[in-house]
Amino acid sequence: MRRTMLYLPGNNPNMLTRGYLFGADGLVLDLEDSVSVNEKDSARILVREILKRGAFGECEVTVRINGLDTAFWRDDVAAIVPHGVHGVRVPKVESVGTIKALDEELSSVESAASLPAGVTKIFCLLETALGVWRAYDIASASPRVTAIIPGGEDLTADLRTNRSASGVELEWTRRMLIVAARAAGVDALDTVYPRITDDEGLRREAEFIKQLGYDGKSVIHPNQIPIVHEVFTPSEAEIEKARKIVSAAKDATRRGLGAISVDGRMVDLPVVRRAEFTLARAGITDNEQRGQEK
Amino acid sequence: MTLNTVQRDIPSHIDGYGNTAEKLYSGAFERMPEGFGRGGRIRAVTPNDRAKLLSGVSEAISASGLKSGMTISFHHHLRNGDYIVNQVIEACASSGIRDLTIFPTALFGIHKDIIPHIKRGVIRRIMGSVNGPIGALVSEGGMEIPVVLRSHGGRARAVMSGDVHIDVAFIAAPVADIGGNISGRIGKSACGSIGYAFTDALHADCVVALTDNLQHYPIAPVSIPGTCVDFVAQVGSIGDPAGIVSGTTRVTRDPLRLLIAKYASKLIETSQYFRDGINFQTGAGGIPLAVTAFMKEAMKNRHIRGGFGLGGITGYFVDMLKEGLLKKLMDVQSFDEEAVKSIASDPRHIEISADWYANPWNCGAAVNWLDVVILGATELDTDFNANVNTEADGSLLHGIGGHQDTAAGAKLTIIAQPLMRGRIPCLVDKVHTVTTPGEVVDALVTEYGITINPNRPDLIDACKEAKGGDELPLVPVDELRARAREMSGAMEPVWQDERIVGIVEWRDGTIIDVIRQIRSAR
Repeated sequence: MRRTMLYLPGNNPNMLTRGYLFGADGLVLDLEDSVSVNEKDSARILVREILKRGAFGECEVTVRINGLDTAFWRDDVAAIVPHGVHGVRVPKVESVGTIKALDEELSSVESAASLPAGVTKIFCLLETALGVWRAYDIASASPRVTAIIPGGEDLTADLRTNRSASGVELEWTRRMLIVAARAAGVDALDTVYPRITDDEGLRREAEFIKQLGYDGKSVIHPNQIPIVHEVFTPSEAEIEKARKIVSAAKDATRRGLGAISVDGRMVDLPVVRRAEFTLARAGITDNEQRGQEK
Repeated sequence: MTLNTVQRDIPSHIDGYGNTAEKLYSGAFERMPEGFGRGGRIRAVTPNDRAKLLSGVSEAISASGLKSGMTISFHHHLRNGDYIVNQVIEACASSGIRDLTIFPTALFGIHKDIIPHIKRGVIRRIMGSVNGPIGALVSEGGMEIPVVLRSHGGRARAVMSGDVHIDVAFIAAPVADIGGNISGRIGKSACGSIGYAFTDALHADCVVALTDNLQHYPIAPVSIPGTCVDFVAQVGSIGDPAGIVSGTTRVTRDPLRLLIAKYASKLIETSQYFRDGINFQTGAGGIPLAVTAFMKEAMKNRHIRGGFGLGGITGYFVDMLKEGLLKKLMDVQSFDEEAVKSIASDPRHIEISADWYANPWNCGAAVNWLDVVILGATELDTDFNANVNTEADGSLLHGIGGHQDTAAGAKLTIIAQPLMRGRIPCLVDKVHTVTTPGEVVDALVTEYGITINPNRPDLIDACKEAKGGDELPLVPVDELRARAREMSGAMEPVWQDERIVGIVEWRDGTIIDVIRQIRSAR
């Protein structure tokens, strides 16, 4: 699950060591925007040492490296990949070429570190109009690509606008990226909500992107995590309905039946898949489901 | 070498304090009183002699009969806004009075002005909590006679049992009448409850009310009646309102503190004490306030109505009273404007004395009725002993407050705080100073989860059996200690001399620990 991915400044040992305690699904240890140019080296070393300790609970751990248009990214990759990150989040991706170059570099570092080839995934930040326009191509550029993420501040600047409370300026981008992500078979993760004290604004935005089909959202403050989780966690009624559908579908398969009905409504395959997804999102495993059926 | 039952080495004699053989701490509820209590001097006022009004501090000192070598007391309801302690000590110094023992309920940073008078011998001894710069002075050996630290309940006990005799009590009064009736509820320096002053008013040989708000006889309501007040002196101002009460305190948005508060609240909700009629004390710090907010939500969700809220009262408790989530507030100290307004207007908001609040030697203090208390500490050790007095460098910086009393009284005592303060761990192998023994501390809650004292298997079972186990992560104390050690590395021992500069009494008057002078150079 990638309902929330929490950014942790790469130069803040306090947050880097304790960030996982707040219960986000994933962490983004940031070497890019939260670290000033003269701190790049020290932050890279700090992040490397924190990765070596490996205390991140159940979180998926990624690192936002510096962009491929900077002098830092190769050092970033060399420092972090050998210590077992789930993925790298790469900023300002605009072309398939960028992903190919990163893919090659990752392969080389993985090989040198005796890691299985392709184990390090790529999370693409599409922070320019050109990157957004090429979303599908970028998402399909390598099997390593696991998610695409629209930009926030950078993208609105590139669009020659700014971020409003309603988020209207990012609406089309968000709609386009969900289509591109699904077409390419990768996750769509939303950008951060920058107003950290506006809980209601965050809730509205999370509800909107969830309805579009997004898998989750990046967060910049631990207090945002429970709000996004609440939005993305199915309600008791939704879970109950999904249980019934999945159970009826299994029963139908066992008995060799085709069409099934639940509560007087016909249920076809997409509905069953959606119900299974609902249960997965609620953290209900197959075993629990079987236990419930008994 | 004599060890008490928390394994602290207490010398058989301490200069300036006396022999200790009969006063070694031996358990939280072991020492019991014998005999009869003590009162102040008996006085009489005839109908023709009713004028108590004096023109100022100097005249009050003179009228009270205060002389060198005597003991004077103060309350700390005006907190860091108090002008009275400094004014009285200054006037004593001007009158040539020396060798005083001061017996405040607490001192604050604003009282640093008395430091020159300590150095010149106007003040010879302090019995009471010393915070900030005066604590630092004591730690560095700046006083010849050791400071005696007592809890709020222990202080009331010491007065009522005769351990401490007050010659003159100076009581800062936000409102007083010419007959000596006193209240803290109104006036520009209003502070709400003046509960800490009650015991002194009842047991001192002479009681002087100092006020900047003099009224006709009688005021209403009255907190301390004029029957125990000898004199009323008018002063320009008793304090700075900005330092007396804060505005309404907001719940923290610090995610780490919120996480800790959430775990603490879940622990309470899981315990057997979370039921109709629950009585609790949570205090005014960032984490305790957040715990209050979480508990409030949980009480609403589970349709639970509490009994009373105790201790230092905040606007949050007042809201819970107004919303029917608490039936009463028992207020020994009003922390913010909302609490001050409430105690002045709502009869369910009760003003209580330190004796009523926390004295172990009476017929039942309010702390005995507590179900839950949330506390902090500068450090805890793996035996759950808590230190609230000294910092990591061994310096004395904090008083005991109600820590010992509430921990001893409550059925569930939770210490809630981050595992690390900067590089300094809050969980260590042995605390530098034992303030509150581990036998009355039930759980430590940190950002890593809930660490329960092994002497409370019932709580451990309750957490394990609770639904939603990931909201109640249990961390054994040794595992948490190892985690802290991994982050902090080995801590150097505190460098200190043998000389004792402070004595920490348990609330029953036994010695639970001593504080030694810190050594700046090795």
